[in-house]
Amino acid sequence: MWPRSFWYRIYEPFIRKAAGFGVASKEHDKERYEHKYEYCDLLIAGSGPSGLASAYAAAKNGARVILAEDKPRFGGSLLTSDVSINNQSGKEWADNIITELKGMTNVTVKNRAQIFGYYDHNMLVMSERVTDHLPKSEEFTPKQRLWYIRAKQVVISSGSIERPIVFGNNDTPGVVLASAAKEYMKVYGVLVGKKPIVFTNNDSAYETAIEFKKNNINPIVLDSRQDSNSEIVKEAKSLGIDIKFSHVVVAAKGYKKVKSCDIAEISEDKQNLNQIKNIECDCICVSGFWTPTIHLASQSGGKTKFKEEIDAFVPDKSKQKEVTLGSANGVFTLEETLKTSFDKGFELSKEITNNNNSQQIPKVSEKKHSKHDKFWCVPLPKGKKYKRFLDFQNDVAVSDIELAIREGYRSIEHVKRYTTLGMATDQGKTSNLNGLQLVSNIENKVVPAVGHTTFRPPYTPISIGAIVGREIGKHSKPTRKSPMHNWHEKNNAVFVDAGVWLRPRYYKRGNEGLFEASKREAENVRKNVGVCDVTTLGKIDVKGPDAAEFLNRVYTNAWLKLPVGKARYGVMLREDGIVMDDGTTTRISENHYHMTTTTAQAANVLSHLEYYLQLVWPELDVNVVSITEQWAGAAIAGPKSRDLLQKLFPDTNVSNEGLPFMGFVEANLFGVNARIFRISFSGELAYEVNVESDNGNFMWEKIIEIGKDFDLQPYGTEALSTLRIEMGHVAGSELDGRTIPYDTGLDGLVSKKKDFIGKRSLLKKAYNEKDRQRLVGVVPLDKKTSIPEGSHLVKDPKGKLPNPKLGHISASCWSVEHNNPFSLAILKDGKNMIGSKLYAMSPLKNKTIAVEIVSSHYVDPKGERVRS
Amino acid sequence: MLYIKCPHCGLRSQNEFAYGGDASVKRPELNKEISDQEWDEFVYLRKSPRGKHLELWHHVSGCRQWIKVLRDTSTHEIFNTYKSEEKVG
Repeated sequence: MWPRSFWYRIYEPFIRKAAGFGVASKEHDKERYEHKYEYCDLLIAGSGPSGLASAYAAAKNGARVILAEDKPRFGGSLLTSDVSINNQSGKEWADNIITELKGMTNVTVKNRAQIFGYYDHNMLVMSERVTDHLPKSEEFTPKQRLWYIRAKQVVISSGSIERPIVFGNNDTPGVVLASAAKEYMKVYGVLVGKKPIVFTNNDSAYETAIEFKKNNINPIVLDSRQDSNSEIVKEAKSLGIDIKFSHVVVAAKGYKKVKSCDIAEISEDKQNLNQIKNIECDCICVSGFWTPTIHLASQSGGKTKFKEEIDAFVPDKSKQKEVTLGSANGVFTLEETLKTSFDKGFELSKEITNNNNSQQIPKVSEKKHSKHDKFWCVPLPKGKKYKRFLDFQNDVAVSDIELAIREGYRSIEHVKRYTTLGMATDQGKTSNLNGLQLVSNIENKVVPAVGHTTFRPPYTPISIGAIVGREIGKHSKPTRKSPMHNWHEKNNAVFVDAGVWLRPRYYKRGNEGLFEASKREAENVRKNVGVCDVTTLGKIDVKGPDAAEFLNRVYTNAWLKLPVGKARYGVMLREDGIVMDDGTTTRISENHYHMTTTTAQAANVLSHLEYYLQLVWPELDVNVVSITEQWAGAAIAGPKSRDLLQKLFPDTNVSNEGLPFMGFVEANLFGVNARIFRISFSGELAYEVNVESDNGNFMWEKIIEIGKDFDLQPYGTEALSTLRIEMGHVAGSELDGRTIPYDTGLDGLVSKKKDFIGKRSLLKKAYNEKDRQRLVGVVPLDKKTSIPEGSHLVKDPKGKLPNPKLGHISASCWSVEHNNPFSLAILKDGKNMIGSKLYAMSPLKNKTIAVEIVSSHYVDPKGERVRS
Repeated sequence: MLYIKCPHCGLRSQNEFAYGGDASVKRPELNKEISDQEWDEFVYLRKSPRGKHLELWHHVSGCRQWIKVLRDTSTHEIFNTYKSEEKVG
């Protein structure tokens, strides 16, 4: 359409809007959604006759039953069909059964509850619309609730859906399914029209015609069959209803709604239309027979089979513990449905409960139906090009399918994707079979040879909110807080997420931002003394006679000779030689070790240790258990830390001789048992004090109180990072799952003498290349510009793309010792690059910075302070 | 979602477990000289069979035991579960 440039800006947006394509809201959904887990003996999907009968039989036999009904009202077809059960109307019988079921303690009955998905091992998911129908939801009452139900047996009694017959202009408003028109009248007291046409190929639509008649409306019935003498047709005739056999609707007429329709007599072979006649009408009630709802049975993994008598697929052999009953299984008589459902409900419950209380099958009176006509699409009259829609939601017409076939699409899966037949939110509930009929007609195949597309959950669209449930915002993952959290909060800590933990990032004073505060805190550690909450570090208790041997296999360095009362830094690898984690482990007593891990890797390390103990070396007598939450930890670091420690523990000798570097001692903190480890992450003289978590706050407040005399300041993770980066101490950003010990400068800790997890991999050629990447320090030449983390190191900043990357910046800080920016990097041939000039480029931050490569140990390279 | 019978705890939902891969893989003994190929097979190479597969699961949100599960990878049928030290057969 002209002009071409108008397409994207004007025509298409207009068309999309007209087609009902909306825009998703970006607003937060304020409604409450909940999840629920449930278990039962029998889960019954659908409360029509088969659902009610099987639920009743099973419940009376002692089984735990959940009966779910998608609609607000229970009873399914019984609400509208003209039958009697035990001399009651179908609806009365259904009401009585439901009332009785609701009164039983072993039964859960839910309406507005859609079983929408059938998953592995008999797990089904149900969406219950709790307050959707109410004007305003009450506080703490969910809008919807998602049920995860694990059932021992499942009864699929999901019923069937009426199929349309395809004819010209069949998308005109006023064209409805005959069953829908009947439900409007019988359940809601609404007439869909006053001049109705009932267009059918079977007996069931006659109930709609009779219902119109009962409401003093005179319908005209067009029946594609040549004749029918069934009970219900006779009744319609006796009521004086106008019935035209061998007649069809050729096309609906009317612009905004049906005003009339063209009808014609159709030949016996259904190929030719005789004289076309226009008659006035305001609605066309269509019935092209019934399609069993087999979605759940198919989702469970079972195959389907084509049932010739009803022109539709029904479930074949069940794959999981499930059975399909009633019209969902292609059984359309109430008598048979009730009998098999009562039997099945009893039989399934007996297997579970071993009870033997069977119910008497009620007496049924229903009208016998004659055969339907295998007719589904009205031919086009000569010279007319009416659109004949198959899929009303995605607007797929007969001509679209014909085009797809002409284009060469053969597989039904391809035809579906090319035309979008059945791909709307209704998933082709009314269109799929007619589409299959069409393809099989054109291809001269039978429907089962064409096959059907896959049924996938959800059966109907489900709110995203219901799927997410309460796991939104802060509830999307647990928040772990240290015992000292309240103190941090009261003292202006700004928090940061560290895994699932909340840790103080810095303690704000006045107008300070992150940079000023963390710099002040780090400087104070280097000058005086600081205290940092290190509760979040992973802690694992390792106990048993073989603990030393086990650690010796887990860590790359030697552990057999570590004396009691000493800590050692250790590195553990994965079997592929990549560094997994690092930390210090302390020998508390002969067979008892206290292992620490990084905050992030704590859970993985525990699983790793359990794997080797349980599966690889079960002969080792060792037990491991997480004690992260049992101990609160405070790191006290800085030149004045020993003086502070001595005041905290006056009875303990914490001198350099009494508690040397990497020493450990148990001590008394004003009546509270404490463990003191002389270990350092900051590169300063430092200690870590652990107490049982309940005493964490007590410890912290004592340190703060006594620390005042030593100019102590608490410091957060930002200062902690600064201190470790300028020290060249590796952490998660260097141990990133891509580095081996050599890369991170930890190769000195790799034992040549003993075997350990991952050692064999270190022999790999690539791990031993001469120009292997290695940890280095990076300083900007101007000593001013901070280098963004993640920047690439390149030789030539103007080099042709792709510019060869020599390494990357893993961590950056403002060195408080040198008062200029400093970064760590993993650099190719890093060992021989010290002193060279490169460029750090960050296209994301649009920065190119000239840098010099230096040693990663920017502060105290000989490590004298920690030993002082 | 699978329903896995932990031999220590009983039937539990899959979301209590972590998958641990092929249970028939045996780690080479410590201190044993082996070829690059043997080591690579142990570290990297895994079969991905369609059908019966003996695999490891870790009951992380339960008893924290590693267990063996004999499962059909195409139908998800679980034939049996075993304690880590139990002989499978």
